[in-house]
This record gives sequence, structure tokens and C-alpha cells, in this order.
Amino acid sequence: MEWANAVVQGLLLGGLYALLAAGLSLMFGVMRLVNLAHGALAIVAAYLSLVLVQKAGMPPFASIIVVVPIMFAVGWLLQSTLLNGALNRQALAPILVTFGLAVIIQNVLLAVFSADNQSIQLGDLAGASIHLTDSIAIGVFPLITFAVGVLVIFLLQQYMARTKSGRAMRATSDDREAASLMGIDNKRIYALATAIALGIVGIAGTFLGMRTQFNPYFGDVTLIFAFEAVIIGGLGSLWGTLAGGMILGVAQAVGAQAYPSSGVLLGHLVFLAVLAFRPTGLFPKVVNG
Amino acid sequence: MSLLEIDTIDVFYADFQALYSLSLHVEEGETLAVIGANGAGKSTLMKTIAGLNRPSAGEVRFDGTSIAKLATHKRVPLGIALTPEGRRIFPSLTLEENLRVGAHASRPGPWNLDTVYAAFPLLSERRSRLGTNASGGEQQACAIGRALMSNPRLLLLDEVSLGLAPVVVEQIYAALPSITSQGTTVLLVEQDVNQAMKVANRVQCLLEGRSVLEGTPATLSREQIASAYFGI
Repeated sequence: MEWANAVVQGLLLGGLYALLAAGLSLMFGVMRLVNLAHGALAIVAAYLSLVLVQKAGMPPFASIIVVVPIMFAVGWLLQSTLLNGALNRQALAPILVTFGLAVIIQNVLLAVFSADNQSIQLGDLAGASIHLTDSIAIGVFPLITFAVGVLVIFLLQQYMARTKSGRAMRATSDDREAASLMGIDNKRIYALATAIALGIVGIAGTFLGMRTQFNPYFGDVTLIFAFEAVIIGGLGSLWGTLAGGMILGVAQAVGAQAYPSSGVLLGHLVFLAVLAFRPTGLFPKVVNG
Repeated sequence: MSLLEIDTIDVFYADFQALYSLSLHVEEGETLAVIGANGAGKSTLMKTIAGLNRPSAGEVRFDGTSIAKLATHKRVPLGIALTPEGRRIFPSLTLEENLRVGAHASRPGPWNLDTVYAAFPLLSERRSRLGTNASGGEQQACAIGRALMSNPRLLLLDEVSLGLAPVVVEQIYAALPSITSQGTTVLLVEQDVNQAMKVANRVQCLLEGRSVLEGTPATLSREQIASAYFGI
């Protein structure tokens, strides 16, 4: 039963990883841009929420309502001022630009908040749990995180499938030049994609900050987990990203059950195994654009 | 005033010059066919009108205003739609979604999903098929329908018969009268001279990036066209 418990906890953790990975997956899917500042931006969201909770006295969940629009605006500005320019240069440019951005963000956070660990206090909710059996208990907060993760991926998927701008995003992803012949401004579509991606990062970062302690260096490991979830699930597939997050979460939890200090290691090994045996991921997009 | 006026343009791909001081005009409501051999510059001309290429010299005027420096996506709202060579259907979208993307600029006009399906019955049955799984004819019909969905004043058709079976080409061209009868101006590029002569009010022949012959199908003789086409 301890193992079953580990799997359940891992699945719930996977919801958070999926939430963290969704924005990365979206940006890669729409414009083939690997955003190396993704993790750092999630930590920015966590600090934003922390400030709102500590200084403005907002309840932790309410802070999301403020963090998401700010991150959305940051995404729009980032894409239209910096990343659109980088995308028009050679393939290495966006990677260098976002890598540099990650370094800058980390150092600004260090200067402002120091390297001390911080956490967003949840109060009673942090310890609340539902007992399923004697040995399996589901934490209420991890359950909420998981539900939000699934809901966000579902809404994003519906947005891409059913709305005019979602369709334009998929068309631009397939063939940018043909999309411009339809009157689609690809710079605008890219700005919207990054804005949505960072809006989701806003939710993810806030949940991350509520779940664990964090500091400015936390962006690196966040990026790695998000990246692993995307790769395991298959590039460009949103449901794949959810599955990838859950697989990574289960691998880490089961690994920690076996050897308490090496949970993360098993996660990495699963990721490497997928890369070695199924480099397109477990649920790749059917169509190669 | 012509709907489209191309005034002595030069177009280059890096060091290679594709068009040499080319001039051409299209009147509102007419169908002009541009013919010529491979490499004559026909597709370059179409891309330049749509905005995918920029002329290094000369002017492109649409309805009297210069569009030579206008971005591609800003030309669609003015009423210019290109059905590109090779169709360029969005592979991960269904055919119907492809058509809906064509309506992105949402210009008002007679064309919508229903009228496009009426003009291309073969599309109607295949609407939920993914672009990548559609046949060449379905893709071509979809590419034309997609361009029509923007309700263009000027429809640019680049090599619509390329790689299609004759019976499919016939089906595609059968829709042309329903397009021109709406008052839509058509500029089409064809390698198949007979097909071009059948549907056009006027033909213009390009040879190695220059215009070498222009006239109505009735006044041009086969010999004139053959010598202009091959440069002999």
C-alpha cells in the first residue's frame, strides 16, 4: 500500500508539473521556441504572489487573479520586444536570448529578495487531507493543484481547437507564410501565444510557491522538470504534456519511496529512457507540420 | 484606373534576378491569365503581388494606392488573396478549419462556408478530413475555397492544375465562372496554355522575367503564343 500511496502522490504532483510544462509546450508548439527562461519566469510569479500575500495581505489563491494578468502582459511585451526579433535570426538566437534572460531574472531576484528560502503560507489548507484508506491519504492542496492543472490543459486545448485565434495559432504553427496569406499577423499570434503561456506560468508559479519553499535558484530545476514533462509527453501535444507530467511525478514519487534521497533521479532516468527509446515522446502530435 | 497596376518592377532572389522591369495591369472584373514556361517568373510575380517578395524597384498599386511595401497579412483586408503554388494547406487542420482560417480577415461578401461548399461539391463531403490526408484535388479545391473565404476583390491563382488529373482540373475550373460572376477579378498563372485561353479575357506571356506578349485569346494566333512561350 505504501507503493500505491506513492503512485497516487506522484499523479497529483504530476498535475503541478503539467501546469508548469503547459506554457513551455505551447510556445514550442506554436513557434518552435524553447524558452529557457521558463523556470525563472515561474519563480518570478511565485515571488509576485509572495509579495501580494505578505505586503498587500491578499489570500494566497486570490493573488492568482493579480499574478496571471501581470504575467500575461509580461509575455506579450517579451515576445513583441525581444523574442520576435530573435526568431527572425538564426536558430541559436532564441536559445541564447532566453538563456540570458534566465540569468538576468535570477540575479535580479537575488538582488531584490536575497537567496533565502521563501514560501507562500497556506494556513490550515497546507496540512488538510482526505483519508481514502489507512495508508493512502490525499492532500487537499495537491488535489486542488492537480484539478487546476487538468482544467488549465483542458481549457487551453479547447481554446486551440475552437476559437478563431486558437485556429490561427495552429495554422501559423503549420505554415507561417501560408498563414500570413490568410491575413494572420504572425508577430501578433506569437505575442498572444507567449502571453497565454506566461499567464499559465503565473498560475503554475503561484502553486509552486504554495507547495514548496523556493529561492531565486529554483528556476533551473523548475525548467528541467517542465522540460522533461514536455519531452516525455511528446512535443506539441497538450494532453501528452499532462501525461508526461504525471509520469514524471509518479517516477519521482516511486523513486523516493524506494530510496528517499533519489526520487528526482528516477524521474531523470525515465526521461532519458524516453529520449533513448522513443525520442518523439509517448504521445506525439499525429501530424508533422 | 486599373484594380492592379504593376509598374516596371525588378525582383531579385539574392543575386538572381527573377523579374526585369515587368509591367502589367488587371482591370476590375476581368480574368487575366499569365502564361509562360518554367522559370519565366510567373510565381515570383504572384508572390510579389501577395507580398511574399518585395520588388527592389518599381511600383505595385492596388486600387490606386501603393502596396509595394505593405506586409503580406495587411494586403488580405484590402482584398488580395493568393492560392499559392503547391496549395500550402495547413496539414494539421481539417479542410473546414482551413476554410475558416481563410476567413480570418473577415471581409464581408458573398463567400462563406455554404457558398464555397456549393462551388466545390467535392469539399463538402470531406470537410472533416485533415489537410494532410486530403487528395491533391481536395487540397487544391480547399486552397481556392480558403482564398475565397476572405471575399477578395482580386483572386490570385497560382498553377492550380499542377499535378492534378485532367478530370480533377476540369472540376476545379468548373468553379471559376461562379467566382467571376460575383465580380471577383482573377489573375491566374497557368502552364497549360489551352486551359488559360479557355477561361481568360486576356493573356500575357512571360519569358525569362520579361513580358513578351499580351492580347485577348481571340486576337492571338497559336504561332505568336508558341514563339513568345519558348522565345523562338
